[in-house]
Amino acid sequence: MKRNFLRTLGLIVLMAVGLVGGAQANDEAPDAMIKRLSVDVLDTIKADKALRSGDMVKLVALVDERIMPNVNFQRMTASAVGPAWRQATPEQQKRLQEEFKILLVRTYAGALAQVSTQTIAMKPLRASPEDKEVLVRTEIKGGGDPIQLDYRLEKTPGQGAGWRIYNLNVLGVWLVETYKSQFSQEINAKGLDGLILSLSDRNKANAKKG
Amino acid sequence: MTLRSACSRIARWAFLACLVLLQACATVANPDPRDPLESFNRGVFGFNDALDRAVVKPVATEYRDATPNWFRKGVSNFFGNLGDVWSAVNNGLQLRGQDFGDSVGRVMINTTLGVGGLVDVASDLNIERHSADFGLTLGRWGVGAGPYIVLPVLGPYTLREVVALPVDQQGNLVNQIADDPTRYGLTVLELVDLRAQYLRAGEVVEGAALDKYSFMRDSYLQRQRNRVYDGNPPDEDIDPSAVTK
Repeated sequence: MKRNFLRTLGLIVLMAVGLVGGAQANDEAPDAMIKRLSVDVLDTIKADKALRSGDMVKLVALVDERIMPNVNFQRMTASAVGPAWRQATPEQQKRLQEEFKILLVRTYAGALAQVSTQTIAMKPLRASPEDKEVLVRTEIKGGGDPIQLDYRLEKTPGQGAGWRIYNLNVLGVWLVETYKSQFSQEINAKGLDGLILSLSDRNKANAKKG
Repeated sequence: MTLRSACSRIARWAFLACLVLLQACATVANPDPRDPLESFNRGVFGFNDALDRAVVKPVATEYRDATPNWFRKGVSNFFGNLGDVWSAVNNGLQLRGQDFGDSVGRVMINTTLGVGGLVDVASDLNIERHSADFGLTLGRWGVGAGPYIVLPVLGPYTLREVVALPVDQQGNLVNQIADDPTRYGLTVLELVDLRAQYLRAGEVVEGAALDKYSFMRDSYLQRQRNRVYDGNPPDEDIDPSAVTK
């Protein structure tokens, strides 16, 4: 109902909470990695007054530095763009990734500003050691309904290269899927260059708001 | 005019009306099977958005700036406690023992130790909230979601939630208060409090969406489906063109 829906919206923007990085240990299990990143970012925010009060420059820097190295951003962009991705020129693919990245980093940063007293709880991992893709399920706790926060991760080819996130889910809402129909709308109406332009316009408008 | 010809006239008009409706749907550039009423919905969404900008959001902002934090927390807890009563009923209807027990426990603890629900003592005791309404109950009983519908003022719904709405209205204890001014006052306070909780979130969504309508619809439908499946929907969930349960 209405209340739950507003809650969802509010929590969509909390999606960044657990998505955090740092140096990758060799052969670290995917759930251990998510736990390490989540605890790290939550603690960083709790300990820093500027971050807690929503300093966008510092929050964007935090997202860039800790989160992004653990995300397969090319895969994320490609699946949000859908079939049109394969028809895009390398230059268009590069621009799409750049603009989408600016948009998402800013969104994460805004979401992180909402973190206060939350803690993270891991749910049991259902995966076998040879899996190349896994679903890691977590919950954010701290008053009221627990917030479901799940990640899809892929194993990076090569020994000890670790895991990278390629999609995440807040309260059942998958990030990539939420952008899919918006992207295909733009592509159908104005083509790939139209989508790139819309993304960069959005980013410029956001930058003005500070 | 015979009955037979009257029937055929009606059938003809009904057919024409269907064509017109289909035409209206066909004007949407990128139709989503879950949203056959998109052009209508977009109109209502635009109205709701304008109403929010002009009235609801400014009032909620004023409320946030004019009241202390402990006051707003108390108000949210109070309405949350009333909501837990209805959640308990629905968790019971869904035969979810643990969730039912938690909800009943929360209400008992928060109504007594939490001074009529103003303090959320139960959350401090790690008794989780399990929100549930009648729309969710219908979903768990196997009723399909139906098309997406944006209602004036109330916002995003699926047909199933619209059907459940009158029952959920009865389940909201605020609506059981006989005294009109008290009931109106509490309803307004509940809405303002709710909107105030999502002021910052709303701004983030504003910045994140290319098309706010699609963004809200896709999030809402995924979220509803996820609730029905208790956080574990089958895999086609991640295909937005799949028909929702």
